[in-house]
Amino acid sequence: MTDAAISPTAARAATLRASVEARLKARHAQERRFKFYGQLAIVVALSFLALLMVRIVAQGYSTFVDYRITAQVFIDPARVSASDIGGANFDMLVANAILAKVGERDDDLGEASSKVMELISNDLGFQLMAKVRADPTLIGKTISVTGPMRADAALYYKGELKRALAEEDRKLDNRQLDWLDKLKSSGAIVTSFNTGFFTRSDSTEPEQAGVLGAVVGSTMMLIVTALLAVPIGVMAAVYLEEFAPKNRWTDMIEVNINNLAAVPSIVYGLLGLAVFINWLAAPRSSPLVGGLVLALMALPTVIIATRSALKAVPPSIREAALGVGASKTQTVFHHVLPLAMPGVMTGAILSMAHALGETAPLLMIGMVSFVPGVPEGFTQAATVLPVQVFIWENASERAFHERTAAAIMVLLAFMILMNLAAIILRRRFERRW
Amino acid sequence: MPANRDDTDAHEPAHMHIAVDSAVAHAPTGQIKVRARDVNVFYGEKQALFDVSLDVAERAVTALIGPSGCGKSTFLRCINRMNDTIPGARVDGRIEIDDENVNDKALDPVVLRARVGMVFQKPNPFPKTIFENVAYGPRIHGLTSSKSELEGVVEASLRRAGLWDEVHERLHQSGSSLSGGQQQRLVIARAIAVSPEVILMDEPCSALDPIATAKIEELIDELRRQYCIVIVTHSMAQAARVSQKTAFFHMGRLVEAGPTDEMFTNPRDSRTQDYITGRFG
Ligand SMILES: Nc1ncnc2c1ncn2[C@@H]1O[C@H](COP(=O)(O)OP(=O)(O)OP(=O)(O)O)[C@@H](O)[C@H]1O
Ligand SMILES: [Mg+2]
Repeated sequence: MTDAAISPTAARAATLRASVEARLKARHAQERRFKFYGQLAIVVALSFLALLMVRIVAQGYSTFVDYRITAQVFIDPARVSASDIGGANFDMLVANAILAKVGERDDDLGEASSKVMELISNDLGFQLMAKVRADPTLIGKTISVTGPMRADAALYYKGELKRALAEEDRKLDNRQLDWLDKLKSSGAIVTSFNTGFFTRSDSTEPEQAGVLGAVVGSTMMLIVTALLAVPIGVMAAVYLEEFAPKNRWTDMIEVNINNLAAVPSIVYGLLGLAVFINWLAAPRSSPLVGGLVLALMALPTVIIATRSALKAVPPSIREAALGVGASKTQTVFHHVLPLAMPGVMTGAILSMAHALGETAPLLMIGMVSFVPGVPEGFTQAATVLPVQVFIWENASERAFHERTAAAIMVLLAFMILMNLAAIILRRRFERRW
Repeated sequence: MPANRDDTDAHEPAHMHIAVDSAVAHAPTGQIKVRARDVNVFYGEKQALFDVSLDVAERAVTALIGPSGCGKSTFLRCINRMNDTIPGARVDGRIEIDDENVNDKALDPVVLRARVGMVFQKPNPFPKTIFENVAYGPRIHGLTSSKSELEGVVEASLRRAGLWDEVHERLHQSGSSLSGGQQQRLVIARAIAVSPEVILMDEPCSALDPIATAKIEELIDELRRQYCIVIVTHSMAQAARVSQKTAFFHMGRLVEAGPTDEMFTNPRDSRTQDYITGRFG
């Protein structure tokens, strides 16, 4: 066949195909470009996240390594009398035992022993006292105690305090470093996982500081927040979405709820300070007040999440229920709300996770104080994880800073747990049908 | 064609009255179950139904036909007051079921809807088990006093809906695991479980294939012995097959109503004729 034989319609089809193919190339290029931008955005986001994680872990992992010393201490009857155990200087006994270990003796001024005390935690002295108190027959015997090194000594072992630094610029002098080396080579020092970080609360001594108080405080505060924000928020959303008439008032309420969700959290702190503490005289820096403030903050988010979950329930379900004669309330509570539950749960848990990390409003209600113990009730003074991070980061001692990173890790683990719970709950509710 | 339609619209009131009066006169001798008089429906400012008066016979199927947007669903939803749930919707006029005014403010729509069941265009089973779907109505209305009684009602309803043999072994599986046609029969079982007097069906077969449609039609024919059924359909053939009475709606007005065979063989109004012969719609 020659070109001339091609019919006009065939020719048209050919030009059509040519033009489609020409555009197709451009379209494919566009698609590839778009895919590339998307992947680039993900890579950038992930690398920022990775950078953050690596930095936090690098800074904080050493907190989880605990340097502990074991000493055999002779309870000298000349220094400890059974009638006045509390009056004895157990720290001194421990210091002398350690001096003996490095082959030295205390001088008359007690300078050497006080230098030793700078290296070991006074926890050993307390342990000793507790043991002797419990069993006074130990006086005159040699007993073994194990306790943490002081943070500065641990920093030396961790290689963060370097001998190369001029002696007057570091906290420990050459003599103390020599002792540390000797103790290490004698095998008196063991490293272990720092469980104390999870079982103790804040302390003035960095080596004894832990996050337990903050974890308990955060948990209690979240309980208050969840108990208030979730039921109130869900009920408000159900009312607004399913029952409220659509008029100017409800429109205004809706706009204002959206605005509230955008109000900076510190403003909620000010509100909490003015209303709960100054006006209602609620106990300052307690999980109760913290939870109240965070509940106010979380409320708009819970309402918005719940409303959009309710909106997503197909109207056919409402019609079906109304059609068999269910009342409005039955329709909502038997059918619509259960179907919206995964969305409601996710929204609630995410807003709780958000509340967990909130610091600014808590600072406003005085949650910055040093709280050495685990809070015993909702009205007791407490500290919470993000505030603990804030306090430690502002501490002058260097050893607190690694604890900052470790506390952040605990906080992140807490949040990851909550998000996981959100995912699991979501799956559970969705899988039912 | 459009010019022709405008022309007829101009004479609408007159036409309509003649048509409706004669339709009432020709109504089958069966007792009248639902009596609608001068029903006007407004969605906000927009009027969707104009002075509709229609009698629906007991133990018979009444088909509502007409072009899209003519107000068939709107009329259907007046009977069980589903229009109440639409913000801005307003219903005027009188609708009686057994001489009781449906629009009476004192009448709780919950009670009404237990008497008037509804089946929707798209099968909408609850995302619960097959059993729970059927048991829901009797349960909320407190129709049964024991578990075994409830199970009896569920079985009877599923049997009557022609679904029992297909599902009795998996009553505790999700209702949405059924096929579209089975779901629609499940929804019908759910509606009849509360022993309604009237069943409203809004295009119940439009989402179904011909075989499932045939099953539903068979079922409707079966149910007719016990219930008063009103069905909206776009299929002339379906209206002819299942209904004893047909009402033709056009642009919010009831143009003509009468026995189905008469309507299809000998329509009074030219618009009815045009519609059923497929010239518009
Ligand atoms: N919720 C609503 N709000 C406002 N207008 C509505 C609403 N529902 C229906 N209408 C209007 O009322 C008129 C009648 O609607 P209707 O749904 O009764 O029609 P129909 O005959 O059922 O149509 P179809 O055959 O397409 O289902 C239409 O003009 C429609 O736009
Ligand atoms: Mg319709």
